[in-house]
Amino acid sequence: MYKVRHWVVRHSRVFESLYRCFEPLLVKLHPLWKRLGYARVEAPMRAVEKGVKGLLFDCQMCGQCVLSSTGMACPMNCPKTLRNGPCGGVRSDGHCEVKPEMKCVWVEAWAGSQNMRHGERIHVVQQPVDYRLRGSSSWLSVVREQAQRNNGDEQ
Amino acid sequence: MRFDDEPVPGYSLPILPGHVSPGRLERVLRAGKFAITAELDPPDSADPAEVLKRAAIFDGYVDAINATDGSGANCHMSSVGVCSLLTRVGYATIMQISCRDRNRIAIQGEILGAAAMGACNILCLTGDGVQAGDHPQAKPVFDLDSMSLLEIARGMRDDCRFQSGRKIDMPPRVFLGAAENPFVPPYDWRPHRLAKKVAAGAQFIQTQYCFDIDRLKQFMAKVGDLGLLEGPKRVHILVGVGPLASAKSALWIRQNVPGVHIPDAVIERLQGASKQKEEGKRLCLDLLQEIREIKGVSGAHIMAYRQEESVAEIIQASGVLEGRVPWYPGRDNPAQLNPESPDALGHSEQALSD
Repeated sequence: MYKVRHWVVRHSRVFESLYRCFEPLLVKLHPLWKRLGYARVEAPMRAVEKGVKGLLFDCQMCGQCVLSSTGMACPMNCPKTLRNGPCGGVRSDGHCEVKPEMKCVWVEAWAGSQNMRHGERIHVVQQPVDYRLRGSSSWLSVVREQAQRNNGDEQ
Repeated sequence: MRFDDEPVPGYSLPILPGHVSPGRLERVLRAGKFAITAELDPPDSADPAEVLKRAAIFDGYVDAINATDGSGANCHMSSVGVCSLLTRVGYATIMQISCRDRNRIAIQGEILGAAAMGACNILCLTGDGVQAGDHPQAKPVFDLDSMSLLEIARGMRDDCRFQSGRKIDMPPRVFLGAAENPFVPPYDWRPHRLAKKVAAGAQFIQTQYCFDIDRLKQFMAKVGDLGLLEGPKRVHILVGVGPLASAKSALWIRQNVPGVHIPDAVIERLQGASKQKEEGKRLCLDLLQEIREIKGVSGAHIMAYRQEESVAEIIQASGVLEGRVPWYPGRDNPAQLNPESPDALGHSEQALSD
């Protein structure tokens, strides 16, 4: 879905806005998730997230989504899974050192971030991936954290 | 008692106020001198003499020696091994750590081990992809990236904590560095990316080979605008240079080595020369002198792969050291010579014939 992924990055601002509406909605539904039980919701939510984000971003389900900070280009598609910017091996045509047929994920991310309202987030240093969260729904974990912060509420 | 054949011990300098490491490189940079570092090509061998021999080539011309970590994703003696051998006779080393081959558990252990062995400088790198090297079938690790590695190393040093939060009794006293490549896309992001590395803990930067002075000047101007060349966010930038052996090898490097940008004008200059190898050295010297004049540049990093013997000659001819002789074993005390240096070998032959 290489083409879709490019298209999304070109329209990063739209997707940024969409997510900005989507996240509070999910957080509002916290009582519902809590009632159903986060553990029980995990599997269907994961499936939906995988489907949607897989189609749009070639999401690799790292479980700690940073798309809003990376111009809507998924950094896990970088063959070195870099989370903080391009390596020094980018080709002069902007393509990847490891996969010459692919445009560098971070060249895309930079372009995408330039269109976004909060593109400056690309300058924030990202923590390394927590491998325990691989394959889990990052939407749910964001919602859970956000709800906890809002309510001071134990899940 | 003292044995006649006792090895010369490596030792650390006292840490000056405001410094983080007991090393010479930090002292030279903070004193505002134009610093020279050079890359040592680690041997495909377990012979310690070979490492000392390769270091002796730079005696009197470099402030610190980079020990590469599987450069180009090729297998060689480890960076920590090379550093340990060199610090034993007193050399200042820059230990390179690449994220390609080890996860965070191994890397943090290595930082402690290297600091314990006297490595005072650590260069945090992402590393080339495995496809570039002699083991393309290997598993690429990339648990960390250069940025998170910097942050973890800084946390170990300043907060005495592993990434897990567990306490470190004695922190590694290391001067932290990172790489930057101003010569590849996305060009307008490169200065910002450098700022991000400084935010993550980088105190010095070694760049990729520079063959394009105009691009470097643009980059340095932008870095200056971001406030990284003075004040609390000050970062010391050492620009990478190296002699090209011929127009043919320049073309090969441009085609095959990731991230090296060689403009057409450079290749034409080499093609037009009668002695291409000499012209390559001349070009390196010219670049070094031009780089010396750019505001905010703190030094040069010489990568003379398979032409290490020409480094001294180039630095000497360029005059960038302004008469300064960087420390080397035996500079101040002939009894401390690197046992594999030509002087030491000459002396021992003399001793035998006596």
